[in-house]
Amino acid sequence: MTDLSSVRRELRREQRRLNIRRFFRNRQAVFGSLIVLLMLCVAVFAPLLAPADPLAQTVSHRFAKPGEGYVLGADKLGRDLLSRIIYGARVSMTVGLSVGLCSMLLGMTAGLYACYYKSLDNVLMRICDGLSAIPSTLLAIALMAVFGPGIPNVILALSIVYTPRMARVSRSAALVVKEQTYIEALRSQGASATRIIWRHIAPNIFSAVVVQASYYFANSIITEAGLSFLGVGVPAPQPSWGNILAEGREVITKAWWMVVYPGLATALAVMGTNVFGDGLRDILDPHTN
Amino acid sequence: MHKYIFRRLLSLIPVLFVVSLAIFMLIHLVPGDPAAAMLGEQATQEQIDALREELGFNEPLVMQYLHWVGGLFRGDWGKSYFMDGSMLEILGSHMLPTLQQTLVAVGFATLVGVPLGMTAAIRRGGVSDRLISAFSTVGVSMPSFLMGLGLVLLFSVKLRWLPSSGYKEIADVGWVQHFRYMLLPGIALGFIEMGLIIRMTRSAMLEILDADYMRMAKAKGVSRTRMFLKHAMKNALIGILTVVGLSFISCLGGAAVTEAIFNLPGIGKLTLNAVMRRDYEVVQAVVLMVSLLNVLCTLVLDILYALVDPRVRLN
Repeated sequence: MTDLSSVRRELRREQRRLNIRRFFRNRQAVFGSLIVLLMLCVAVFAPLLAPADPLAQTVSHRFAKPGEGYVLGADKLGRDLLSRIIYGARVSMTVGLSVGLCSMLLGMTAGLYACYYKSLDNVLMRICDGLSAIPSTLLAIALMAVFGPGIPNVILALSIVYTPRMARVSRSAALVVKEQTYIEALRSQGASATRIIWRHIAPNIFSAVVVQASYYFANSIITEAGLSFLGVGVPAPQPSWGNILAEGREVITKAWWMVVYPGLATALAVMGTNVFGDGLRDILDPHTN
Repeated sequence: MHKYIFRRLLSLIPVLFVVSLAIFMLIHLVPGDPAAAMLGEQATQEQIDALREELGFNEPLVMQYLHWVGGLFRGDWGKSYFMDGSMLEILGSHMLPTLQQTLVAVGFATLVGVPLGMTAAIRRGGVSDRLISAFSTVGVSMPSFLMGLGLVLLFSVKLRWLPSSGYKEIADVGWVQHFRYMLLPGIALGFIEMGLIIRMTRSAMLEILDADYMRMAKAKGVSRTRMFLKHAMKNALIGILTVVGLSFISCLGGAAVTEAIFNLPGIGKLTLNAVMRRDYEVVQAVVLMVSLLNVLCTLVLDILYALVDPRVRLN
């Protein structure tokens, strides 16, 4: 037994080494992960990085241009735009990560059990089909109408939107694994369902699930910004890229910086996450490319 | 084929049941009393009780659901507390701007996305492939509100070529003027879809270019143009049409954001106004209608797919 487990450990280590090597050879993955890492650092160290309090108003400096005492200019209440964008990264990253993780955990669990138990499969997948039939933006808006604005509610609404979609992806990946001979062997040896599902099927679908979760991460950033832009996401005065852009839209003719800089931050974060997802897919799940 | 269509129709029943149940439950997920939330803080207990009675909230949940579904079949989709007319009339009057905007968006996404995707596939690995792939990544990463604001900044504020917002009906101002108002919202809405269409077209084409029959055609000495246009494009078209169909639904559902930017009186704007006023029945009706359109579109696409590709219906 000791020998077998040491071989298994060695194999796992070798696989990890191979993945790391593939990762550094994949330019997309490296570039994307650098951007994501940068965004995460900005989000975590926002209080240290922001030059000013994002809520502090200096009305005499309303619409100060970039460079006039403010690196990226000031908004209609004389708040420092750079600090607001830096704190906005916190909202985007919190929402993106939480929704990615929630939909990954819940969707993967649902997909795995649906794949293993036929009776559960019918019920769970019909629910997923039904929920996926409702267009995601509209469902998110409707759920926010019900729950009310706020970060926890955005996370809840977007998790409800993406979990069924993740469940479908996990289930189809798990179905392929379930047909493998070693699963049959495990079953004939009397391994419990929980053991087969979590120890033997789950690790094999994990890469497909992680790749999908990275796309939901990017989509959640877009949708959260969209919801906040429309006024149903993160409420003012808390800065979020979406609500900064909404304020910028009203003054687009006289304060272009209110639109351009938060817009660039959003596009960069989404693009970084998407590129990271593409790279991850090439490394972990090459046959889907 | 009939058997396939019958089976496909049968499979719609559970989907429609879940969709209707989820949308019905929306109003019941409102924290506290939905009737109180709808009437606002100043409402008296009598007013709240009267609204609860009117909406049937005092009945058991199952009965409420059955009445609601029954109403849908009779054409009674609920009622708005801020707008006159039946719900179907309200939906109908707001549908046109959204449909027009969606058509421009899908048209733009297809006309730009398909040729670019094909070029990228044909010139696989080359400079143009890399440039187009990078452009598609920018496309899928560009939220519609961002694209919309960027377009307004460039074409309306700086260049003053196109109007920054508003809606003009064809009957009032003619096709050209109407199109000028629809162009920016359409491009903003369709930009992400364009990115997706480029990606899907490229991968669909690549798969076909690698197929044995393409190698055979090449060996037979078929010209390059004929090979791409006749053999490859025809086969790739099935996959591309599916993506275009799905883009249509995606745009229809995502129009709320661009309608808010460009001030278009479509169903997205209707939903947002309903959300702000807590007019929950309007929210339910819009979500239900777009979801039904989605289910219908997917059904039509599946049937078309089965008509074109016999392998689908045999599975």
